[in-house]
Amino acid sequence: MPTVNTPFTVGAYFFGGVMDLFSTFFNMPVLMNSLPQLLSGLLVTVQIGITSIICGLIGGLFLAITRLYAPVIVQVLVRGYIDIFRSIPLLVLLIVVYYALPFVGIRLSPFFSAVTALTLVSAAYTAEIFRAGIEAIPYGQFEASAALGLSNRHTMVDVILPQAIRIVIPPLTNNCINVMKDTALASVVAMPDLLKQATQAQALSANPTPLIGAALIYLILLWPMVYVVARLEKRYSRGR
Amino acid sequence: MSAQINIHNLKKSYGEFQVLHGIDLEIAQGEVVCVIGPSGSGKSTLIRCINRLESFDDDSEIAVDGIAVVPGRALAAVRAEVGMVFQSFNLFPHMTVLRNVMLAPMRVRHSATKDAEARARVLLERVGISEQADKYPENLSGGQQQRVAIARALAMEPKVLLFDEPTSALDPEMVGEVLDVMKKLAGTGVTMVIVTHEMGFARQVADRVIFMDGGNVIEAGPPAEIFDNPKEERTRSFLHAVLDH
Repeated sequence: MPTVNTPFTVGAYFFGGVMDLFSTFFNMPVLMNSLPQLLSGLLVTVQIGITSIICGLIGGLFLAITRLYAPVIVQVLVRGYIDIFRSIPLLVLLIVVYYALPFVGIRLSPFFSAVTALTLVSAAYTAEIFRAGIEAIPYGQFEASAALGLSNRHTMVDVILPQAIRIVIPPLTNNCINVMKDTALASVVAMPDLLKQATQAQALSANPTPLIGAALIYLILLWPMVYVVARLEKRYSRGR
Repeated sequence: MSAQINIHNLKKSYGEFQVLHGIDLEIAQGEVVCVIGPSGSGKSTLIRCINRLESFDDDSEIAVDGIAVVPGRALAAVRAEVGMVFQSFNLFPHMTVLRNVMLAPMRVRHSATKDAEARARVLLERVGISEQADKYPENLSGGQQQRVAIARALAMEPKVLLFDEPTSALDPEMVGEVLDVMKKLAGTGVTMVIVTHEMGFARQVADRVIFMDGGNVIEAGPPAEIFDNPKEERTRSFLHAVLDH
């Protein structure tokens, strides 16, 4: 016999459902319990992220300049590197670094495995960003520098890079956000990062609230960066 | 007396297309030379070869102050002695006017910041823009920017100044202020090679006018001779086209 759905019964089901939802996904005691664990995970995530971002920026700048100005053979090699590491899925690379390299005697800790994989890929993307920035500088700037007798190094450091970096700040920031997000992959190599801590806390408490907590922490970490990128893009698209 | 700039058999090609057909030219120290001719005649390419912004054939020879203009260490020495002013100014947009003028002396000549700044201020005064020293190039008019570019070239105390159509990108009312600065420079001992379309200026300032066409020097001589009594038919027809209208 079909149930008659009066407004009252619908309301009761709905209310009960919402209560279930809350005690399942937003369980305050569980969240409070797991919070220290999540925050220690956040610290690890930030450490991996910032280390990889800095190494990626340095590596990317080096690759970009080599790709543009090194002898042709080196240029070809750098180009190969950039294409390979932009093609390979980060998760695959990470697993190769952590699980395959030990077979040839290279044993990296989970932290260095994650930083290595993230840096290798981030440097490839950053190199392309820097290259685009350098190539966007009018040729007259190179000519004026040469005519003044500036060395290649001074031309780059004093004239070209300060202008190029201005252009590439929005895409670089975007790349930083991606690196930060991709740190979550480190959890598959037993790195106690934010996501790993959350899944462990979830298993322990048999409740998904820590996962929701972790998701919120990622949001709080990255939303401001996304906002900053939008602002930067607006500002630089208008010109200086 | 050996010339300050020696150009011998200067040839240059872009692929199949030959731009310069073996030019021979000697320019004396302190001489002011204006190079005129139709567009595509190779006059810009000629002066861009003098500091090797353009490469040229291996059997061609250019020497500035006796130093061969070949790639390598010697080239930096030549470029430090040879200033250049471009059609599109090419100021460094991320630096103030003052820093633009200070940069090369500090980096190439290793001048102290204090000395470079003092000298830059003197030069900016000389080209009439001392009040704009702390502004950025984008806030200056074209004429002002080009005068900064001249000051920037002068900061290296060059023996030779190359001008590649310095007034061609300027609004007409700003041409005069740049030419005035150049007139003041002529006769100060610096050798000037000027590619220009300003015939009045060339006539007034040049010691020698060179007419180029099709990658060759067709005719060269004092301005009075070239402008009033050209020997070559091509010079006559060019001057007729640019002057009589």
